[in-house]
Amino acid sequence: MNFWKRLIRIDRRWIFLLVWIAVTIPLLKPIGLPVNVTPPAKNLYNFVDKQKPADKAVLLIFDFDPSTMPELLPMGVAIMRHCFAKKIPIILYGGLYAPGAGMVEMALREVKSDFPDIKYGRDYVFLGYVPGISLVILSIGESIKGTFRNDYYGNSLDTLPLISKVDNYDGIGVAIDLSGSSLPQLWASYAYQRYGCRIGVGTTAVSAAQYYPWLQTGQFVGMLGGLKGAAEYEKLINMNKIPTGRMAATIGMDAQSIVHLLIVVFIILGNIGYFVIRKAERKG
Amino acid sequence: MRRTFPLALAFAFGFALIIQYFIPHPLSQKFYRIMVQQWLIIISIFFYIFAWRSFGIYHINKVKRKKEGWWASIVAIFGVFLMAGAGFLSNRGFFFDQMYNYVFAPLQATMFSLLAFFIASAAFRAFRARNLEASLLLITATIVMIGRVPIGAYIWKGMPKLVEWILMYPNMAAQRGILIGVGLGMIATSLKIILGIERSYLGGD
Amino acid sequence: MFYLLIIYGILPPSQVRAYDKSSDGGGAIVVEWKAVKDTLLKGYEIFGRKKGEAGFKKKGYVQKKWNRFSVNGLKDGVEYEFVVRSVGKDGSFSAFSPPTQPVAPSPQWFKTNRINTFSVAIIYIFLILYFTTAAKGKKLFIRKITGLDQLDEAVGRATEMGKPILYVPGISTMSDVATIASINILAPVAKKTAEYDTPIIIPNRDPIVTMVAQEVVKEAYTEAGRPDAFRRENVFFLADSQFAYAAGVDGIMVRERPATNLFIGMFYAESLILAETGNMTGAIQIAGTDAVAQLPFFVTACDYTIMGEELYAASAYLSRDPKLVGSIKAQDWGKAILIGLTVLGSILALLNMDIIVKFFSTV
Repeated sequence: MNFWKRLIRIDRRWIFLLVWIAVTIPLLKPIGLPVNVTPPAKNLYNFVDKQKPADKAVLLIFDFDPSTMPELLPMGVAIMRHCFAKKIPIILYGGLYAPGAGMVEMALREVKSDFPDIKYGRDYVFLGYVPGISLVILSIGESIKGTFRNDYYGNSLDTLPLISKVDNYDGIGVAIDLSGSSLPQLWASYAYQRYGCRIGVGTTAVSAAQYYPWLQTGQFVGMLGGLKGAAEYEKLINMNKIPTGRMAATIGMDAQSIVHLLIVVFIILGNIGYFVIRKAERKG
Repeated sequence: MRRTFPLALAFAFGFALIIQYFIPHPLSQKFYRIMVQQWLIIISIFFYIFAWRSFGIYHINKVKRKKEGWWASIVAIFGVFLMAGAGFLSNRGFFFDQMYNYVFAPLQATMFSLLAFFIASAAFRAFRARNLEASLLLITATIVMIGRVPIGAYIWKGMPKLVEWILMYPNMAAQRGILIGVGLGMIATSLKIILGIERSYLGGD
Repeated sequence: MFYLLIIYGILPPSQVRAYDKSSDGGGAIVVEWKAVKDTLLKGYEIFGRKKGEAGFKKKGYVQKKWNRFSVNGLKDGVEYEFVVRSVGKDGSFSAFSPPTQPVAPSPQWFKTNRINTFSVAIIYIFLILYFTTAAKGKKLFIRKITGLDQLDEAVGRATEMGKPILYVPGISTMSDVATIASINILAPVAKKTAEYDTPIIIPNRDPIVTMVAQEVVKEAYTEAGRPDAFRRENVFFLADSQFAYAAGVDGIMVRERPATNLFIGMFYAESLILAETGNMTGAIQIAGTDAVAQLPFFVTACDYTIMGEELYAASAYLSRDPKLVGSIKAQDWGKAILIGLTVLGSILALLNMDIIVKFFSTV
């Protein structure tokens, strides 16, 4: 009885320590748990894959900042690897808010070296930040050149062959928004509803549950939810013999599995303690 | 007059933007671009000047009065000038990039990572099967938590399918219901403000 | 017969017509045709020219599953003609269709595809006006919202302990309805703190919200007869970045040790960081948000949580103004109508009658 009372009132720093151990050990000594692929991730992968025969580009939007980078950056990296390997033209967009451009640079640094024959301007273009949020989404529907004028590096878009071919949503097969907030809904509302551009979404695990209605109605073609979603996409590109690099998301899944189990153990212990103490209080 | 003028402005612009939503004519689109996009950005910029003044006064007062944690205010003020200076002087060059990659980004990621620890302590402290609804919630949460990670499929092959079903049907139904309710509430609150029924945001009676 | 097929190749589309695109801002014409039933078909090419010009210029290409194309970027009031030809899988082309009748694009003044939104908006405005007028002099029932009931207790607790109240109005802008709802709750809370002479600390993430909060608190103090007690430096701009703001608020909670924390407004991922840190300091916490994803965190870490629409009802609940309570009744009626239409629409859809489904579909 005393044990349960002490356990219920335990200093939370012991819990923090246990979580730290549960995260660190699998990262240092990976278990290698297999990742299963869920339908939303598979649908997104297949949709990106079919852009090659359709001769359309992928618009990959990095609508996140460093706080959600651990979950969303691996998604961006995996999708870029997919496009580079299959020679699907990709337009990288630094997002509707300023910090996204830094995320694109990080992703490019990680991916470029594995694809030496990829050429800037022909196979991919990097668009920087332009203020306006929903206005930018609408403006892309009219003309990318008109919206941005120059790319992130300051080159005029007129000099880039990819933008000459793809100047609005007509040339974009799917726009994938990586965001931890409600920005994917803006892309669905403006780019899909008005211009018919199909939208995919990569989001944090906590936000993934709220996008299932949008998946069900077809407003999103597919979804990657959290680090697991990124790991699923890494598995899919690995299965298709595309260079995967470090597979940061897959590495993280072992740690996430153990921590989830640990939290379940905490919940069980907490409830046992609660019922034992309640029973003892009712008795005496 | 003090309250009537803001109410009249709220009514006029509120209704103008409601009507604008239904008019595709270029004049209407131009009105939206000027009123919402351009005006809003311009006004926001001026308010940032005010905001930084407020930030400065708060921290300077803390330092002057040597309130608890006044040294943190010095760090805050120094940080603002350092980052702003790096941006303006180096024109998004090497120093700014280093600050962004090695100070700002890790700090943001660290703050976000606190959630992992806090959710564990919150779960231990507060997730109790006090009644039937709480018990159902607990069981569903446990299934989803285990099923959403690889170990779930390892324990039972059918777990991921069960989790997808939970997310795709009961969760989606509940989310839709909440979305509709929240949407209606938003419309009602906005209409109340436009029509002048709701006036608390103006302050006073 | 076989040689005739080789000579004639792929068939051109028939019944090609062009018309001004409806519900748009002008500059667009829709070209439509009857789909070609040919196994060799890959897609269609659309060509156009201004009336009176010599040659047709290519305007676009669509895959065979489409029999419609919207030509954009045209000049309003200028007549255009269009022709369409089929494209074969082997790269061959059919003959061109006969040119369409000249048609000029023009902007419209009403989006007919939004008639559903328009009708619902009119009905809802009518409901709100009706119930707010009908509610005059009547006492309408509004169910108990525990979180709002506890606001007084929470302020009283802080007064007894001699500690300040921390009020976090969310991290969104003034254009967010949750922030407006938060400011609506701030007014009576600030008035109470003025009456009890309890300090209130309000850190903000948005400059405009800072300004509005300052004015609302100042007005509340004036209304309570304590304009001298108002401290502008207690309502301040803290940080623009989400997690810098969360870190700053955590710092305030740990240093100032408020007795009461009120988290009311729009929150994102920082919600648990704020709530859990407040829990660690032993404060009583009341949270209110319409961010569905953050509600579980607040429910776990806070003593009381105001969920979703309860937040919007706060102003009516606290003031018990008949007009405001009447608007809540209008909301309930609106929901009842929608539930009824959902059930009816589902039943009709099962009977293959999709009139309600079609009405609510966005085109």
